[in-house]
Amino acid sequence: MIIKQLSIFVENKAGRMAEVTQILASNNIDIRALSIADTTDYGILRLIVNNPQKALDALKTASITVTLTGVIAIAIPDHPGGLARAIKVLSDRQISIEYMYAFLNPNNATAFVILRVEDNEKALQALQDGNIRIMKESEIYEI
Amino acid sequence: MSKIAIWDRNAETMRRADIRALQLERLKHLVGYCINNVPFYYERLTKAGVTAEKIKTLSDVQYIPFTTKDDLRDHYPFGLFAVPMQKIARIHASSGTTGKPTVVGYTKNDLENWAQMVARITTAAGADDHTIVQIAFGYGMFTGALGLHYGLEKIGAAVVPCSSGNTEKQLMFMRDFKTNALVATPSYALYMAECAKESGYPMEQYHLRLGLLGSEGCTPEMRDRIEQGWGMFVTDNYGLSEVCGPGMSGECQLRCGLHINEDHFLCETINPQTLEVLPVGETGELVVTTLTKEAIPLLRYRTKDITKITEEPCACGRTTARMDKIKGRSDDMLKIRGVNVFPSQVESALVGMQKIGPHYQLIVRREGFADTLEVKVELVDGSVLEKFAELEAVQNEIKNRLRTVLGLSVKVTLAEPKSLERFTGKARRVIDLRNEH
Repeated sequence: MIIKQLSIFVENKAGRMAEVTQILASNNIDIRALSIADTTDYGILRLIVNNPQKALDALKTASITVTLTGVIAIAIPDHPGGLARAIKVLSDRQISIEYMYAFLNPNNATAFVILRVEDNEKALQALQDGNIRIMKESEIYEI
Repeated sequence: MSKIAIWDRNAETMRRADIRALQLERLKHLVGYCINNVPFYYERLTKAGVTAEKIKTLSDVQYIPFTTKDDLRDHYPFGLFAVPMQKIARIHASSGTTGKPTVVGYTKNDLENWAQMVARITTAAGADDHTIVQIAFGYGMFTGALGLHYGLEKIGAAVVPCSSGNTEKQLMFMRDFKTNALVATPSYALYMAECAKESGYPMEQYHLRLGLLGSEGCTPEMRDRIEQGWGMFVTDNYGLSEVCGPGMSGECQLRCGLHINEDHFLCETINPQTLEVLPVGETGELVVTTLTKEAIPLLRYRTKDITKITEEPCACGRTTARMDKIKGRSDDMLKIRGVNVFPSQVESALVGMQKIGPHYQLIVRREGFADTLEVKVELVDGSVLEKFAELEAVQNEIKNRLRTVLGLSVKVTLAEPKSLERFTGKARRVIDLRNEH
């Protein structure tokens, strides 16, 4: 139930994003979700893709600094209060979120949220107990 | 370690008093030789009131004026030669990245002495007639490659004159020839190790055991990194083209300083600002007098290299004085907000860190009236990408280390792997933007 996320070190200079995405494209990798956090000099690009291991190998071969991180993906109803309920489940158990990003599923009224927390096991238990739908790896990769 | 081999027992294990006596005798002769054969020295020494008869002890060398790189440039190309062209057997020149190149000549005797000196230092480092050595210094006008070449031939090594560059082919020869020794700059040796790892051949196919690295500084930390990369023993050697080239001094296998070939060179250290001679053991600029050079003898040549000299006996049995690894160059020294900074200090602070690569770049800027130093390093460990806090921790660790070593606060920038420039010759790691507008 842990989803693999790629974290990629990208310097802030013209053409770097193009280079990274081109490597993924030429290895036939589909991007499922994306988030980028940046500072003045560099950013960390976080990606959920259909084949994380293959993407990792391709990026490493190109001498890009990259790592795989375990994250949690949940599905929440796309209406007001949907996200708030899921987050409360976590905060009730003092689980803090390092970062998160979300994307909509166009096929139905569901939003997917990627969560990075300190302790994945504890968070999964809390979400399960709170009846939040947790996505399986296969579900995410095959959207 | 195997039994210690000494190439020239006579010269290298002479009693200290005998070394001093030989140096004094040669210095007296040299002063007369310079006055009689080089108009430049005739003029300089006459003006300073120095004659061969006035040199009574070795410390009288302090009355002789210094010779500088500018003196060589001003007399380009052959103005300081002491012999007619018929006696010249070879000519070398420095790269001349700033201004005119400096040109040096060698008589047949000079070349023989040079090869003997290189034979001594390569033997001291552990090379012998079983050695198959690849020379990855650029051949040509540069003294490094040919200097090592003839000395290594003299001790019976098999010499592979690869020159620098074309790394893939170098690696192929290394595997196929079972090359067991490498002559290169430290930065190129490190780059070759990186390429070897990536080329896909298992490291067991390489047989390097000994690195004879030189022509640029190498901190102990950088040396460790090269040794780990190749699984070889690395020694440092020193020389500058103006006084002959490599072979002036070199490390023995105990690596506690570089043994100076004192029968050919008289070395002093001076304070580069006040120019006063420092007592033995104090760190300063190395000044060299060539005691036996025929073609272009130099009196008290200012090397700009910072080191210190010790006369303590070495456990290897050699009695020659030793100089420390070069700490930096007096003209590489950066003055940042009044603090003296040598690139080698930055290197030793960085090289031990696991999360970053061994290459770095220093950028100096002037912002308003204050100088700033930026250090760029390559981030190689992906595991710190989990959280910004961990990335910041890497940056802060580097900052703290540099503050401890330099006493300065610097800006640390993380760069992608392989984004900083690599060098096949001497590395140029400092970009000083202070004079640009």
